[in-house]
Amino acid sequence: MFAACADPKSIEGLTWILCYLTSGKHLDFYWSFGTVLLLLAVTAPAALVLGFAGATAARSQNFAGRILGKTYIAMVRGIPDIIFFLFFVIALDQGIEYLKSLAVCPAGALWPWQGLEFRVCRGAKVPLGSSSAFWHNAYGFALAVVTFSIVFGAFAANVMFGAMQAVPKAQLETAEAYGMSQAQVFRRILVPQMWVYALPGLSNLWMILIKATPLLFLLGVEDIVYYARELGGSKTQSYAFPHGDWRLIYFIGLLIFYLTMTRLSEGVLGRLSARLSKGQATAAGEAMRRTGA
Amino acid sequence: MKKLLLATALVAVGAGMVAAQDVVRLGTEGAYPPYNFVNDAGEVDGFERKFGDELCKRTALTCEWTTNEWDSIIPNLQSGNYDVIIAGMSITPEREEIVDFSQAYIPAASSAYLVLSKDVDLMSGPVAAQTSTIQAAFVAENGMAVVEYATPEETVAAVKNGEAVAVLADKDYLKPIAAESGGVLMLLDREESIGGGVGMAFRDSDDAIREKFDAAITSTKEDGTLNALILEYFGPEAKTW
Repeated sequence: MFAACADPKSIEGLTWILCYLTSGKHLDFYWSFGTVLLLLAVTAPAALVLGFAGATAARSQNFAGRILGKTYIAMVRGIPDIIFFLFFVIALDQGIEYLKSLAVCPAGALWPWQGLEFRVCRGAKVPLGSSSAFWHNAYGFALAVVTFSIVFGAFAANVMFGAMQAVPKAQLETAEAYGMSQAQVFRRILVPQMWVYALPGLSNLWMILIKATPLLFLLGVEDIVYYARELGGSKTQSYAFPHGDWRLIYFIGLLIFYLTMTRLSEGVLGRLSARLSKGQATAAGEAMRRTGA
Repeated sequence: MKKLLLATALVAVGAGMVAAQDVVRLGTEGAYPPYNFVNDAGEVDGFERKFGDELCKRTALTCEWTTNEWDSIIPNLQSGNYDVIIAGMSITPEREEIVDFSQAYIPAASSAYLVLSKDVDLMSGPVAAQTSTIQAAFVAENGMAVVEYATPEETVAAVKNGEAVAVLADKDYLKPIAAESGGVLMLLDREESIGGGVGMAFRDSDDAIREKFDAAITSTKEDGTLNALILEYFGPEAKTW
């Protein structure tokens, strides 16, 4: 990066450290923190939406909707995350390529699953073999985001289902007595009040989601764990910056990152909880009313 | 007008497919210097990078490099994530059953034991090897206890902290590690000759690409380019063609 770093073997001391920490691979490492934050930023709202849809479906009057919602919740919650991650990503990838092959491959192509190989014509590859590495990475990341959202959506659905049941029945009946339709009761009374019941469960999920991000590494996305292991491993003279086994230092760095993330989250969630409790018919809401907050 | 658009689209798709066919994705491990490793700039580097690029030049193919964990490197070839494995992979009958190999581009090299002291008894404790390597199979077949690790790095760490008494791996990988350890690690004089040389692996169905690369390997053997590269990366004592 700097001119002084042109020949890393001849420098030492502080310059060496500075050059080492600004090598191309380290810059990729720093960017990978962005990957993790981006995953959190996309997955959390997506899981909330899926969870809301799942919870609504699970308690709907419609039989098919109820079955769909409950199956989704039970299935994802019942399968170990890691198995789901390993299986689902491959299945999703091959499914997408199979559907694309129906559209773009010449007619009469072979059934793609041939023994151990999965074979579709070149045009059906997603992304195309000729795409740049960026698109391959972006596609891998997108698959990971979809998988994370589906897994955490199911947990969120269960939390919100419970929260919807927890809203006092008297509130809903009063609303109906005022002449509101089912949809109006749902929108105006049930949903605004359920959040306070859902929050403890959802905040738990958020913490688990933060701590589950190293699963990205399992999915082949080059995240912070991948780079920590890669950069920390001992390096021989084949590398520009040879050093011993420094994995411990890198993993301590990750430890600090994750602790900071969860600490910040706790602060934000605490405030959110206070805000949602205000004016609610719960113990916390009642306590706030008494103190005149 | 519609037909014209459709025709244009078809031509575009057709052209795209022709262009796509000229790109070959090369998959490597990126953690086995000097065969292949990811250098400090974040790019694939090492003997196989240089050799692979030379082959791509000779076959007039555009190559893209990608890295993949060793233990899933064959499944991901089969599911089409890349087209070629060029990762110091020895040609073995077991692997031949599921993939097709090119001719060998590195002669059958010896495997060495990396140990903390020369008088260690290999039967006294587990010997570390990377998962799904010929060395791991060799250790198990010869009555020693084997302990497997996902990356070569971890096998060396296992010997350093006493979890294993030795690492069995390609000598070319272990030699620089022993030389740079400041006398802590050393190689046993005993060496094992396993494997049938290192080749590139292809899907069974990809005969056309394999033949192209095979021809290019032959030409690098004939004009001495390959030998020069082997000497450059593996030292003057390395076996050549």
